[in-house]
Amino acid sequence: MKVLSIDTSNYPLGVALLDGDQVIGEYITNVKKNHSVRVMPAIDILMKDCGVKPAELDKIVVAKGPGSYTGVRIGVTIAKTLAWTLNKPLVGVSSLEVYAASAGRYFNGVISPLFDARRGQIYTGLYQYKEGQLVSLIKDQLLLAKDWAAKLAEQQEKILFIGNDLLLHKDVFAEFLKEQAVYASAAEHNPRPAELALLGRQREPEDVHSFVPNYIRIAEAEANWIKANQEKKL
Amino acid sequence: MMKDQWIMGIETSCDETAVAIIKNGREIAANVVASQIESHKRFGGVVPEIASRHHVEQITLVLEEALEKAGITYSDLSAIAVTEGPGLVGALLIGVNAAKAVAFAHDIPLVGVHHIAGHIYANRLVEEMEFPLLSLVVSGGHTELVYMEEHGHFEVIGETRDDAAGEAYDKVARTLNLPYPGGPHIDRLAHEGNPSIQLPRAWLEEGSYDFSFSGLKSAVINAVHNAEQRGEKIVPEDLAASFQESVIDVLVTKTERAVEEYQVKQLLLAGGVAANKGLRAALEKKFGNKADIELIIPPLSLCTDNAAMIAAAGSVLFEKGQFASLDLNANPGLDITIHNDK
Ligand SMILES: [Zn+2]
Repeated sequence: MKVLSIDTSNYPLGVALLDGDQVIGEYITNVKKNHSVRVMPAIDILMKDCGVKPAELDKIVVAKGPGSYTGVRIGVTIAKTLAWTLNKPLVGVSSLEVYAASAGRYFNGVISPLFDARRGQIYTGLYQYKEGQLVSLIKDQLLLAKDWAAKLAEQQEKILFIGNDLLLHKDVFAEFLKEQAVYASAAEHNPRPAELALLGRQREPEDVHSFVPNYIRIAEAEANWIKANQEKKL
Repeated sequence: MMKDQWIMGIETSCDETAVAIIKNGREIAANVVASQIESHKRFGGVVPEIASRHHVEQITLVLEEALEKAGITYSDLSAIAVTEGPGLVGALLIGVNAAKAVAFAHDIPLVGVHHIAGHIYANRLVEEMEFPLLSLVVSGGHTELVYMEEHGHFEVIGETRDDAAGEAYDKVARTLNLPYPGGPHIDRLAHEGNPSIQLPRAWLEEGSYDFSFSGLKSAVINAVHNAEQRGEKIVPEDLAASFQESVIDVLVTKTERAVEEYQVKQLLLAGGVAANKGLRAALEKKFGNKADIELIIPPLSLCTDNAAMIAAAGSVLFEKGQFASLDLNANPGLDITIHNDK
């Protein structure tokens, strides 16, 4: 089975190809450059280098968010269009789960992947490897880093923090969690598209047409409109 | 026998998710438009983030419907044409990336199209173009006079220096408390009123083909405020009629002068405001019966944003070999002259 995975949900751009149990190709960059310009050429070169034609793919896996709205949409648009036009199954995986899978496999404790959401907020969730399977303990969410740190202080186990934005919030975690907090190394902060492909490989395909990113947050205009309408009703 | 040319067009520059397929540059085989207008109405205008989200929801559905309607397969397609700009960047990105994915998956050439070039080429779905020609482009974001000597070559001889005509319509509609989008409401009211209110016309310097509508817009707002302060009620129909008369007067007069100076064989109307009945009637009155010039006004469905027009413009760019590569980006400030031969 040949699987193509695509992750453009944050600054890291990742594309990988699986052939059976082998990761035959992987492309990762972590630069502030336009995903829209770079992701299709990255897919093209990786597939050509690996000698895989689009029609030979058996599955498309995409990081579906949370993340940068525009970034996630680029990856999801390409993935769902490829899946639809090639008539292949499509699987979406949480962008945070990919981070967790990329560094936590042999960690004895729980895993908190994160990325910055400005104004002291982070996107995060809590994960753990149990018998070789990554499971979600606390669902992906958007909250203040300090609220998350306070919540995690209730955990009995060590907590592994992963993500390129960790530096922005490390002080908060150190203050609340002291020795309980463990930090991944720079080599592990980029989500591995190969892990994304492995996560998506066994999962049930989704309906391609209705597949959309998981933004977590509704659009601001919509939120304001809902609020205004509720006030009107009162 | 020559093989038929089939072009798929994709357009997502604003709030319509559209895919079309045309045959040999001029024949519409499918023209599917999913409008988001109902969703944006409650906000009184297009909200970019919401537009982008809707495009992701719609894109494969619209692609599928277009292919089914046209009754062809990928191996028939000669090229995929997509709007690369101008427009809302987040919205454009969905079309551009979907187009690249389809082109890559089936190894089909990709062509990037300027949105306004598309509006102009909507006319070619009605009548074959004859050069030189002049196109009056009037939409929510554009007011331009574009001169064309040959296919795919665009020269902007006049453009708005501030608001587009469509923008002025929307702002005046808001002043009159009309629902979004305001253009059709103003047009309707204008037909019921008398142009009895004195409003300015911005002719700009002598010989200029440029436009300016911000002064007119302010004059309308002032007229309403002044009437309110005097405790009078302005008749909305009369204000709409006066406003529309001023816009049309400037558009038609400048167009007429350009038609004479450039000695064009055709005058094409393009853009969403081309749906305006007042403008259509004024152009028909002025140019409809002239022997030396042919006036072409596309049907309403081809004036508003659609993908058939993008495919039609893409068809000539494809023939000229102007292909895009997989690093094609959305460009919200794209210049129409980018398509001109190098
Ligand atoms: Zn338009």
